[in-house]
Amino acid sequence: MKILVPVKRVVDYNVKVRVKADGSGVETANVKMSMNPFDEIAVEEAVRCKEAGTATEIVVVSVGPTQAQETLRTALAMGADRAILVQTDVTTEPLAVAKLLKALVEKEAPGMVILGKQAIDDDCNQTGQMLAALLGWGQGTFASKVVAGEGKVAVTREIDGGLETVELKLPAVVTADLRLNEPRYASLPNIMKAKKKPLETVMPDALGVDVTPRLTTVKVAEPAKRQAGIKVPDVATLVDKLKNEARVI
Amino acid sequence: MPILILADHDNVTLKPATAHAVTAASKLGSDIHLLVAGRNAAPAAEQAAKLAGVAKVLLADDAAYEHALAEPVAALLVSLASGYSHVLAAATSVGKNVLPRVAALLDVAMISDTTAVVSADIFERPIYAGNAIATVQSSDPVKVVTVRTTAFEAAAATNSAPVESVAAVADPALSSFVSVELSKSERPELTSARIVISGGRGMQSGDNFHLLEAIADKLGAAVGASRAAVDAGFVPNDYQVGQTGKIVAPELYVAVGISGAIQHLAGMKDSKVIVAINKDEEAPIFQVADYGLVADLFKAVPELQQAL
Repeated sequence: MKILVPVKRVVDYNVKVRVKADGSGVETANVKMSMNPFDEIAVEEAVRCKEAGTATEIVVVSVGPTQAQETLRTALAMGADRAILVQTDVTTEPLAVAKLLKALVEKEAPGMVILGKQAIDDDCNQTGQMLAALLGWGQGTFASKVVAGEGKVAVTREIDGGLETVELKLPAVVTADLRLNEPRYASLPNIMKAKKKPLETVMPDALGVDVTPRLTTVKVAEPAKRQAGIKVPDVATLVDKLKNEARVI
Repeated sequence: MPILILADHDNVTLKPATAHAVTAASKLGSDIHLLVAGRNAAPAAEQAAKLAGVAKVLLADDAAYEHALAEPVAALLVSLASGYSHVLAAATSVGKNVLPRVAALLDVAMISDTTAVVSADIFERPIYAGNAIATVQSSDPVKVVTVRTTAFEAAAATNSAPVESVAAVADPALSSFVSVELSKSERPELTSARIVISGGRGMQSGDNFHLLEAIADKLGAAVGASRAAVDAGFVPNDYQVGQTGKIVAPELYVAVGISGAIQHLAGMKDSKVIVAINKDEEAPIFQVADYGLVADLFKAVPELQQAL
């Protein structure tokens, strides 16, 4: 089975983002960028499937600017076989990304698509579900365990209050949650090898998809700041403050 | 046109999150219909009918909806959507699973995790783990929106709206339910608890969480954790408070041995009162804490338990 893994280039999770003075967005110039952490987990899961013999080929896809090639090379260094960049400078919304991915899925015919449950920049948590909808496939979101079988896959999902296991017909879309696995670091030899792996670039037009955003961003602002509090010297003072000042216990 | 809300329930009980979504919908200024899709879900529908502001409850009772699988529930919502200006759900694991599927089937953009309704087509939502707030406008014919429950009060249970049956639609039969394993806990649920006490990497082991549990039991609080504590395997993932875990805003949030990474702050900084106990006085958690105690948690926490 071929596995397709979409990955997104995002502002690194350690960066404290700053809102632009004109309120048009957040500052992304000269900021460290990385692969979305949940997508790293998705790549790792696909590589493990290949190592276990359930996957034969891993194709990674990114939708974004030229620099997203770096993200794809990281995925190739982790063990993916080849990469496709859908090149666009537009800030694509999940619906447009899902449409682009659908067009690629129709070309590549993977048995499964695995991607991160959420990108840590727009925090949308939509793309996997939307892709499954457009393809008419089943979806296993927020996966903490994936067991592929003959023509089906069992996905254990992180739900409010516990875990739920569902069985999906293949092909299907799976979105990775935090505890699915711990992604590996690419070794230096693998990073060198990744440079020679095939990376193809296509334009959204060639896939017949209009990526124009549907939502208008009116403004982006800083969140309301919390007033700094006080330090208390000991537990007794803390309990007293909670009882008599904050009145919450 | 009226607004349709997908109720979150387990057939027997309506989840409190739904009452918060109703309040968000009430800001849109149209009739509110609440869809209860389930199996033998009349008890949940009765509770839904009590929520203030709900004009009508639609009950779709069918085996396909028993476990709220995304594929059949989305198909049902899509069949109903043409009569509505908005389709809403609380941003719970059900809402987050189902609504993007609905939006794509309707070919509309979706607005996740809204924290404020500015007008019928303009919404605020946090991005970058809440480090920025985006105001977005939708021009789509149907607005598909999930609601961050902590940003809206719960609607009161003072109503008695009519319950109307709606027919099930064909199940796409792409998925089937296998099993569910709910964490057993006598304590309140994290997202609706009045008090939450969370532990971080500083707890050093899962066993040490019993220190927090003892306090939680005294205060009737829920127990949470930072991602670091979950990653370290101290506690299960459903304890996680943060950007990609649960978003909480209790009356009192007690952070113990949590440094306060931005991803964690994103999940709790709207709490009314925040207490931080940490031995590192430079820990960023103190910047958002109303009351900070610089102390060794293994001394301070048992002392706190005694003092309560």
